[in-house]
Amino acid sequence: MMRHLISAADLTRDDAVQILDTAEEMARVADRPIKKLPTLRGRTICNLFFEDSTRTRISFEAAEKRLSADVINFAAKGSSVSKGESLKDTAQTLEAMGVDAVVIRHSASGAPYRLATSGWIDAPVINAGDGTHQHPTQALLDAFTMRRRLVGRDAGLGQDLAGKRITLVGDVLHSRVARSNVDLLHTLGAEVTLVAPPTLVPVGVETWPCDVSYDLDGVLPKSDAVMMLRVQRERMNAAFFPTEREYSRRYGLDGERMAKMPEHAIVMHPGPMVRGMEITAEVADSDRCTVVEQVTNGVSVRMAVLYLLLGGNESAVSHTRTEENK
Amino acid sequence: MSKILIRGAQVLGGEAQDVLIDGETIAEVGTGLSAEGATVIEADGQILLPGLVDLHTHLREPGREDSETVLTGTRAAASGGYTAVFAMANTHPVADTAGVVEQVYRLGQEAGYCDVQPIGAVTVGLEGKKLAELGAMHDSAAGVTVFSDDGKCVDDAVIMRRALEYVKAFGGVVAQHAQEPRLTEGAQMNEGVVSAELGLGGWPAVAEESIIARDVLLAEHVGSRVHICHLSTAGSVEIVRWAKSRGIDVTAEVTPHHLLLTDELVRSYNPVYKVNPPLRTEKDVLALREALADGTIDIVATDHAPHPHEDKDCEWAAAAMGMVGLETALSVVQQTMVETGLLDWAGVAERMSFAPARIGRAKGHGRPVSAGEPANLTLVDPAYRGVVDPADFASRSRNTPYEGRELPGRVTHTFLRGRATVVDGKLA
Ligand SMILES: [Zn+2]
Repeated sequence: MMRHLISAADLTRDDAVQILDTAEEMARVADRPIKKLPTLRGRTICNLFFEDSTRTRISFEAAEKRLSADVINFAAKGSSVSKGESLKDTAQTLEAMGVDAVVIRHSASGAPYRLATSGWIDAPVINAGDGTHQHPTQALLDAFTMRRRLVGRDAGLGQDLAGKRITLVGDVLHSRVARSNVDLLHTLGAEVTLVAPPTLVPVGVETWPCDVSYDLDGVLPKSDAVMMLRVQRERMNAAFFPTEREYSRRYGLDGERMAKMPEHAIVMHPGPMVRGMEITAEVADSDRCTVVEQVTNGVSVRMAVLYLLLGGNESAVSHTRTEENK
Repeated sequence: MSKILIRGAQVLGGEAQDVLIDGETIAEVGTGLSAEGATVIEADGQILLPGLVDLHTHLREPGREDSETVLTGTRAAASGGYTAVFAMANTHPVADTAGVVEQVYRLGQEAGYCDVQPIGAVTVGLEGKKLAELGAMHDSAAGVTVFSDDGKCVDDAVIMRRALEYVKAFGGVVAQHAQEPRLTEGAQMNEGVVSAELGLGGWPAVAEESIIARDVLLAEHVGSRVHICHLSTAGSVEIVRWAKSRGIDVTAEVTPHHLLLTDELVRSYNPVYKVNPPLRTEKDVLALREALADGTIDIVATDHAPHPHEDKDCEWAAAAMGMVGLETALSVVQQTMVETGLLDWAGVAERMSFAPARIGRAKGHGRPVSAGEPANLTLVDPAYRGVVDPADFASRSRNTPYEGRELPGRVTHTFLRGRATVVDGKLA
């Protein structure tokens, strides 16, 4: 395993499969009456959030606590980018306090990479989302969800997503989720297609390991999973598309469109969902939609990442862990 | 003042000759000149150039003396072989009045390392709304001839047109920082393959090219001359080439860093590579070198942009844009242009001294190396190889992208009107 988790692109296929397998073990802990492991007892992890994200922070915090780590939450609201010194200063404070790992969320792309490589701090750095760059644990939990649904919970162990056809729909340009997912899904052998209006696809996308289409209806029948990305209403004012209605008509997922997907295909969303523009209530509430599972899986995947980066060699779940998973 | 004999230097890279400096001027150029009464500098294997002229320097004084002052900046310039620099107007206060430009000019004279020719702002406060007192700045003791809102683009087409027309009265030139502001909102780096991957806001080439296209057409329409600052894309080269072929009076500059570095370096997220215009692609770099070689791009200008450590030791988005460049410019040009066979030393003299002096109407600079001319001279050892160590810089700031890189060539001597400002590679 690597020392930090900054980008989904840094993971090899074997790294990624190991994380997903470990996450399956972690998921079993959640089924027990006492949902806690002693693995990271005595270790201190700081959740360093320069950008609000209650969902991601709570997910990491739950993962950390289930592994018995001591948790420090540091929210540096509003101070983020205007004066850059704050990141370095904060890092050095955390270093002085002897934290064992830093989970960082930042509005600036590259901030976690800077933190990990500038010598400001020694501890492992886990990227919890940076600007429009990467959100690797989100990609891992998405891949975990897909593997469970499309390959199987037990059948999936040791497996990747070879041959699965995954479609990501929406604001690719501003989406760290899209970037992380394209990298990871490709590494796991899936075929990825991005669907968006041309204004929301980055210049330079042609080098990404995926296809790009502007036509959702054409892609849906060939999709094993369709992941809807968040589209912020502000984008409309910046002329990325003419009106909300037009966006919905061309790129929104409603019941009629969902019916074009194969029987087994699932609908995903990183949440929080804004029902209406990108996804209708009918789709969001259908049993093909995995939004709630994604939240649950997020905790298991983050436990796995923390364990693998911090846990060293001992077994994560000593009494349930079997030889072949080591 | 005493006599100095430079013995056996290759003048502009040609045959070895002796050059005798007497007082402020070159007394004689020839072979076997008498050393009587003169200090002798043995210059075997060295290249003698006219003192370099930088049309694009940020000296930061007044206002940001923690980054650079006129004194430290001109010491850096002398170290890099320069005898004249044009100081950009984006200081605090902005150099948009006769008072500020005279102050900067005077500080340069007092420092004595290099002539400082202030550039005046085109518009009041660089705000792009109202013309600054261009005539008053020209008539001041500073004798301003170059006007620029550099750091910002004069994006209003009417203001740009008026500025171009107005400075015709006194032979001035408007130096444009070509950046369409709406197309570069939130821009952090070159828009392309790398920005797509890194998730950094893109600065598209077309934002530069569209302004250049507009401005050459404006210059043609009103019969003025326009200078394009730090050209950075292959497309910009095409537009300037077309404009020149059409007889439009346009000149253009390229920075050393745009001749050597590409946006691939941004993958490090190290803000030392953050600069405006941003580092572009390999294809752009090669086009810029070609254009500098064939004369489409007239000059090399440093865009020396000093910043204190804390403004770069942070995350990319928060970091200041710019690089220091005065002390490494000639080495980068040697590596990218001379050692690639694109340009000989006479070509370097043209693009780093004669032409910038001509564009900026710098008196006494960019003159031939011949008897009777002001002794503004630079002696270079092209065989030297060294690793860049910012600790050696005379500039107050150390934000160089070349730290740890090996670059060729070294300025051994610089003379400003016969007085050595650099001797054996060290400031005098
Ligand atoms: Zn500029």
